[in-house]
This record gives sequence, C-alpha cells and structure tokens, in this order.
Amino acid sequence: MYPEAAQLKDRERDLHRFQLRVGIAALAVLAAFAVLLARFVYLQVVQHEQYAARAEDNRISIVPLPPNRGLILDRNGVVLARNYSAYTLEIATSRLRDLDRTLAELAEMIDIQPRDRSRLKRLMAEARSSDSLPIRTRLTDEEVARFAANRYRFPGVEIKARLFRQYPFGDTASHVLGYIGRISQRDQEKLEEAGVAANYRGSDFIGKAGVEASYENDLHGTTGFEQVEIDAGGRAVRALSRTPAQPGNDVTLSIDIRLQRVAEHAFDRRRGALVAIEPATGSVLAFVSSPGFDPNLFVDGIDPANWAELNNSLDKPLNNRAIAGVYPPGSTFKPFMALAALELGKRTPRSTIHDPGYFEFGGRRFRDSKPGGHGTVDLMKSIVVSSDTFYYMLANDMGIDAIAAFMKLFGFGARTGIDLDGESTGVLPSPEWKMKRFRTPEQQKWYAGETISIGIGQGYNAYTPAQLALAVATLANNGVMMRPRLVEHVDNERAGTRRLIEPRVVRKIALKEENVEFVKRAMAGVIREGTGRRAFQGAPYTSGGKTGTAQVIAIKQNEKYDERKVDERHRDHSLFIVFAPVENPRIALAVLVENGGFGARAAAPIARTVLDYHLLGKLPEALAPASTEPEDEEEASD
Amino acid sequence: MDLSMRQVRRLGASALEGLDATLLAITLLLTALGLVALYSASHDAPARMSGQLANLAVAFAAMWAVSRVPPELLMRAALPIYLVGFLLLVGVALYGETVNGARRWLHVGVTRFQPSEMMKLALPLMLAWFFARNEGALRLRDFAFGAVLVLVPVLLIARQPDLGTSVLVAAAGGYVLYFAGISWRVMAAVGLLGAASLVPLWGLLHEYQRKRVLTLLDPSQDPLGAGYHTIQSTIAVGSGGVFGKGWLQGTQAHLEFIPERHTDFIFAVYSEEFGLVGNCVLLLLYAMLIGRGLVIAAQAVSFFSRMMAGAVTLIFFTYAFVNMGMVSGILPVVGVPLPFVSYGGTALVTLFLAIGILMSLRRQRRLVPG
Repeated sequence: MYPEAAQLKDRERDLHRFQLRVGIAALAVLAAFAVLLARFVYLQVVQHEQYAARAEDNRISIVPLPPNRGLILDRNGVVLARNYSAYTLEIATSRLRDLDRTLAELAEMIDIQPRDRSRLKRLMAEARSSDSLPIRTRLTDEEVARFAANRYRFPGVEIKARLFRQYPFGDTASHVLGYIGRISQRDQEKLEEAGVAANYRGSDFIGKAGVEASYENDLHGTTGFEQVEIDAGGRAVRALSRTPAQPGNDVTLSIDIRLQRVAEHAFDRRRGALVAIEPATGSVLAFVSSPGFDPNLFVDGIDPANWAELNNSLDKPLNNRAIAGVYPPGSTFKPFMALAALELGKRTPRSTIHDPGYFEFGGRRFRDSKPGGHGTVDLMKSIVVSSDTFYYMLANDMGIDAIAAFMKLFGFGARTGIDLDGESTGVLPSPEWKMKRFRTPEQQKWYAGETISIGIGQGYNAYTPAQLALAVATLANNGVMMRPRLVEHVDNERAGTRRLIEPRVVRKIALKEENVEFVKRAMAGVIREGTGRRAFQGAPYTSGGKTGTAQVIAIKQNEKYDERKVDERHRDHSLFIVFAPVENPRIALAVLVENGGFGARAAAPIARTVLDYHLLGKLPEALAPASTEPEDEEEASD
Repeated sequence: MDLSMRQVRRLGASALEGLDATLLAITLLLTALGLVALYSASHDAPARMSGQLANLAVAFAAMWAVSRVPPELLMRAALPIYLVGFLLLVGVALYGETVNGARRWLHVGVTRFQPSEMMKLALPLMLAWFFARNEGALRLRDFAFGAVLVLVPVLLIARQPDLGTSVLVAAAGGYVLYFAGISWRVMAAVGLLGAASLVPLWGLLHEYQRKRVLTLLDPSQDPLGAGYHTIQSTIAVGSGGVFGKGWLQGTQAHLEFIPERHTDFIFAVYSEEFGLVGNCVLLLLYAMLIGRGLVIAAQAVSFFSRMMAGAVTLIFFTYAFVNMGMVSGILPVVGVPLPFVSYGGTALVTLFLAIGILMSLRRQRRLVPG
C-alpha cells in the first residue's frame, strides 16, 4: 500500500472518529436541553400555582393605616391629650447588619444623643420583633432634608411622619390621663388573647395607664388597610385598594382641669391624694395623686435615665395613690361609726359617756389623742372634737361583725368601680377577712381588743382615698352610692354620635333621714367649731368635714408620739373628708397627705382651696388666671 | 448618483458574501428576542437600549471582519494572541483594578478591559493550532501539554475570582481536547481523579469557604444573601406559567425583585413574561445555532477547523446551559450571561467574534474545491 493511501485512510478514520464525537456532543447538548426543558415544565406547569402565589405575595402587601387616637378633653372641652405630627427617624433593626456602624454614620447628619441610643436599646429589648423603632423623633426640617439626600446609604432606615401624643398640661392630671407607650411583647400577647391584634397591626402605641388605658378601646380607633404593590425594596409603588382608618373616639372627662390644677397646686408636690366627687352623679371632679409625672416622657419610649428617676424616687410618682394606695382612715372613720351607732340603735343623740382620756379593755389602755380626755362627750361632740375614747367604747359595744357589715355598705374594703385600672380593694377588717388573710390558727383568731382601734379608723383598717371619697359622697347623697366615673361621654367625631357614661346607682343604703341629718350636722360642727375650724375660717359656704390623723407606726403603750422625734416618713398621715354645701352637696372629697401630721394642718387647707375654687371660683394667689393655659404655651410666651 | 441599482446590489452581495445565511438568521433572531427582553428589563433605564444597540453595531462589525479572515491567518495568530492574553492575565494579577472585590480589570488608556474575556476564544484557538501542528501523531504527552495550556489561564482567572469566566474558559479548552481526540479512557480517568480529589480538598477548606460552597449548591440556606437571586428568579420563571404574563407585564422584574435583571438574570425576565412557550422558542433557537455549528464542524475540511468549529459551537451551548440552569435554579450562580440576550458589550463582541470565526471556517470549505 502506498503511504499516501495509508495516510488518506488514517485521515478518513480520524474524520469518522471526529464526526462520531460531534454526534455524541450533539446528543449531550440535546440531553442537557432536555433537562432544562424538564425543569421549565416543572416550574412553569407543575409548580406554577405555587410560584404565581409567591410572586403575588412579593408584589402585594397589606399596609395597615393606623387610626388617629382620640382626644381626651376635660368637662369644659379643654384638650388634655392630643396628637401632633412629627418626623421620626426609624430603623428596622432586624434588617441591619451592624447597628452601631449605622448609628455612627447617621450621627454624622443627625443629632443623636447617647440618650437616644440607650432608649433605642431599651426599645429593642421590649418591642415586637416586626417593629421599626425610632432613633430620633421630632426631626428638624434640615435633618429631614439631609437624611433624604443620603437615604440610599441606609437601607432599613426611614423617615416617617408619625402622630405623637402630647399632653399639653404636662404633669397635671397625670394619674387620670395616664400615658401611652410602645406596644410591648406583653401588650401584644394580651391583644392576641383579646382577639384584637389585627386592629393593632399598624399601631405603635397603646394606653398603659390612666384613662389612656381604661378607655383604650374607644381611643384607639379602627385600623384601615391599604393594598399596595411593593417593589423589592419594600417601597410602595401604587395603591390597589384602600379602606380608610376610623379615628378613635374623643373621651370627655368629668374632671375640670382648672380645679385639678388648683388641687395639685395645693399639694405642692407633697405626697398624697385627693378625690373629689359630685355626690349626686358620681362624676369625679378632681383626682390627684401627688407627686405626678410628665406623661410626655413616655410618648416615644421613655429613656432609661428618666425611667430610673421616676422608678427610684422615694416619692413613687408612678404610684396612683388615689386608687392603689391604702391607708388607715383615722378619725375620718368616725362619722360613719356614728351613723352606724344611730342606725343600729347602739347610741342616741342624747347618750353621753365620760372620757377620762383613755379606754381600758382587757388590761390594756387605749389612749385618747387628747391627754386627760374631753370630759362628758355626746355623739355630736364626739365628732366635733374627735373623741377617741367615745369610739373605743362604741366599737366595743357594736362588735366587729356589725361594724364590718355596716361599713361594707359604704364601700369600704371594696373597689369603687371607678373607670381606671389598678384599683386596690383595701382592707375592711373582720374575722372572716382575718381567716382568709392569715395562715396559722393563732394569727387567724380575731381578738376582741382588735375591735377597739377599728372604731377610730386604725388597726387593720386600710382604704384607698377613692374609697373614702366615695363613702363621703354617699353620705352627702343621703346613702345613695353613685359609681364614681372619670368619663362623662365618648364622642365619635365622624359619625356625630355620643355615648353618655350614665350616672349609675351602685346601691341605696336604707338609712333613717334624721340619722343622716344628724351626722351631717355634726360634720358641719367640725368645720364651724371643731377640728376643721381654723382651715375653714371665713368660708362663705357651709360644709361638713372631718379631720383624720392616721398612725403610720404603732406607738408603744405609755410612749408619747412626738412628731419632731419621728422620722419624716414615719409621721402620721394627714386626712380630711368634706362635702359642701351642707344643704345640697355639690362636691364631696377626701384628701390624704402622707406623713402630713394632723389632719387639720395639712389635709384640711387643701380641701379648703379646692372647695373655694369649685364653689366660689376663687383661685389661689399663686395661680394667676393665665396659668390655666397649657404649660408648653406658657413656656413659649416666656 | 452614478451608483446604479445593480452596483448597490453587487456591493451588498459582496459585503454579505461569506456570511453563512443560516447562522446569520439564527443569530439575528436571537438578538432580536434579546432586545425585546432587554426592553422590558430596562424600563427604569431606557438608555440601556441604545447602549445595547451600539454594542451590537460594534459586535456585528467584529463578526463581519473576522468572517473574512482566512483560517490560516487565525492559525498563525493563535500563539501570539494566547501569549498576549496570558501576559495580560498575569498583569491583572499583579496590577489589576479591583471592582466589587474581584480583580478582573486592567486599565488600558481610558477604558477598562477584562483580559479573561479574551481567553474564551484565545485558548481554543491556541489549542486547536497546537494540536493541528501535530495532526495524526497526537500522543498523551501532547494532550498533557494541552491540559497545562488550559489550566494556567483557568487558574489565573479563578483566582481573580471569576468563577463564571473560568468555567467558560475551561470548558472551551476541554472541548478542543475532546474534539482533538483525547481518548475516552483518559477522560474517564481524569474525571474520576477529579472527583476523588474533592474529598481531601474539602478537608483543606476553611469553615467559611465550605459554607460558601454549600450555599452555592443550596441557595435556600441563605435566602437574603447569596440565595436571594436564585429564589427570586425561580419565582419569576415559575410564575410565568405556560404562556407568560405578557411582555412588560412581569411583576418580579418590574418591581425589581430580580437583581441583575438586564445582565445575567435577563432570562428570568424573559421567562416570566413569555412563559414555557417563550422558553421553548429560545431553546429551539439555541439548539438550531448549535446544530448549525456542529454541522459546520462536521463538514470542515481541516483538522484545525473541525476542532475550532466544534469548540466554539459548544461554547455557545455552555453559555446558554449554565445561564438558564442557574436562573431556573438547577445550577449554582456563576456570572455567565445569556448569549445574544444579556446586556453587555464585552460578551456580545466575544459571541459575535465566535460567530465570525464559524463563518470564516465555513467559507474555507467553500473556497477549497472538493
């Protein structure tokens, strides 16, 4: 064979070999494309619906439209809680890689204080995970503009126009209004339990205390929804449909903010409480727990420094003393004891006792606050001069069961039903109560000696100032107890409808008219010539009152209480109850000044100031007429 | 006007002379389809359309030019081009500019330039020339040397790092080895060896590197990071259904859920809007392109032409398969554009150059009688 032919043959063999490989390559290509085709069929036919749904989910987002919170107004229409719009810088912490770095970069454009940072940390610990949290609130226009120009650098950080709650009167009526705060994990759980979580999807805030909390359902409103098409960055491209939000209802209080200011001013930041009620309706006219706090601090999340200050203050400004604090009523208990004695026939207006300055029982001496005693004392005098001995004896004669049964009718030891959360029940002492309260049989036993000090409002007696006020109001209203209420009516601005919170009779206590009249007269005597005389000197209206001084620490037998020697916080509480005018009471109130000493000295003058304003329109000198304006405006005009 | 109609026609005919009509028609169809998809993907940046048209003009000119270069000239240029490409790659490794964490670019005058792109054609050219020189007497040693010619640039590119391009370059080299006739036994042995070496290699990797590899294989492990692309593009493809959402109606693309939607992920846009039907059309066009290329290879007259035509054709396949595979979620995400469709001048020029080479090889057959 010629080499050329061999070469040719080789070439031909190579060509065939090559063409075989081309064929194999073609098959491989077809196989690979078949795999792709199979994948396409799987995605676009078999799984199509699932992916179509996911694309739709991607595309459509339901954006909640949070409603405007309702206003809170005083009985005259003065706005006590309102909303204002402000720009906030918000951060979706879950979308950030490095929070500290982002904050450092933001701080170059926007004033971010260490306070803001620590508040953010606090919010992060409490907030619902889905929330975006504010770093800064109330941005200036300049800051807004600066951030807007740099927004692309900060994914997950946004400027939002938000409505903020504002309490124009600052700490005035703080324990009535309460405050709103960010919805915490616990709030969220409660909302879910109540089945209203959906209505809070766009909301950041919820009422935490006061009327803000107890009328949350009215104030919050109904969240609207908007279906929007969003892009991958979560930005809304266009709206598809929209259900507008229904703003919350406006809540009008029975409180007169001017009276409230007068009352709070009279406390001058001393610790204590005052509850003033219109006897015929149960409307609460003034409601003080002093000291108060500035609810504005809570609005966009309280910063840790302020929180610590409020929480650690010995004055406990966050405690609502008027409904949650319990105190022995001291001598303010006596008019009710006197009424019980008359009703139960244990005493008559004419029966007298001899008061040697003490009452001896079971070898123990119960001392009167007046050394040497008041001499011959009848029922009238027992109230006017506040004889302890008289009531030691009376309590002993009546027995604990009769006392407890009667006092229960006046609401002692039971929640008043006022429209606020967090009310204490207090303690109306009785053998049954002791059985429940204590564990060992030794402790559970009721001793007859314990009944004695119950008669002068000491011992186990412990009531809230609100209970005391309700009891006075019930007495002033001739035994008809009206449920105390802070809210007069709730208005739906949009629908133009009003829901009245009607006065509600809790109970009508069956009392003899002459007995009630007698006690009222005795209380008027307290003001005219008794322990309340000095505080009410020259008052052009009639009133009936009773001073009270409640022991904070037990004084040992044979030891004399000396105010100067006692630590300030162990001094007696000062109490005063009063209603006016006597003939047709328009107001009944109870005042308590913690560690204020004698009732006549600390508590009674506060009551006088409040009555003077309510009945006469007389303002204390320090409160110029202009100062009924909101505080912030006051500052602005300075 | 002294140019008569006939003269114009003759001029046109000579300009088109040597352009394989079938290849040209398929390429133009693909390009047209690409422009349609790109228009939809560029709703936010209309300038991209004119940019792509300019790219196309350049690429088309490059194709036309190369199609008239005789294969002999290509052979002669193979070694110098390869060497220049290699030196540039070394230059990138030493002086390259880093963009997005990858050192791929070299500054040439006013413009940047990616030498790795050039290797996609320079490497098969070099190998085909090298094997053609030893036609009929190829031994294992030659193939081993060929493998070195492949591995050196591939490793340089992978180091940049540019996984997509290194895969394409390695594939291009591999195809030449395959068409040069490397024995099946050697291929199987290399394959087994490669698979076996994965095990000890895995042990050498750092924890974070392993994680990265795992994410590459299973994107759902990192839905907001590396997996995001695949998840969103899979949703786009799947939601397209049989007939698609209609041109310009794709929500995934228009609401910007698809990243890089005008470049590497444009297939997601196309697939969402044109559905399974559109995908089949695209697959068919690619299959026709590859088929035509393989026919050119099978009918080529020289060993060089055969290897070159086969390899270049399979490069198209690699582009298309890897791109559609990663967009539809069956292949890991590596930066490979969809041929003739994705936006980008560099890739277009490379692809049209490849078409030009095929045409040149085809012309050679017609010029050589018999």
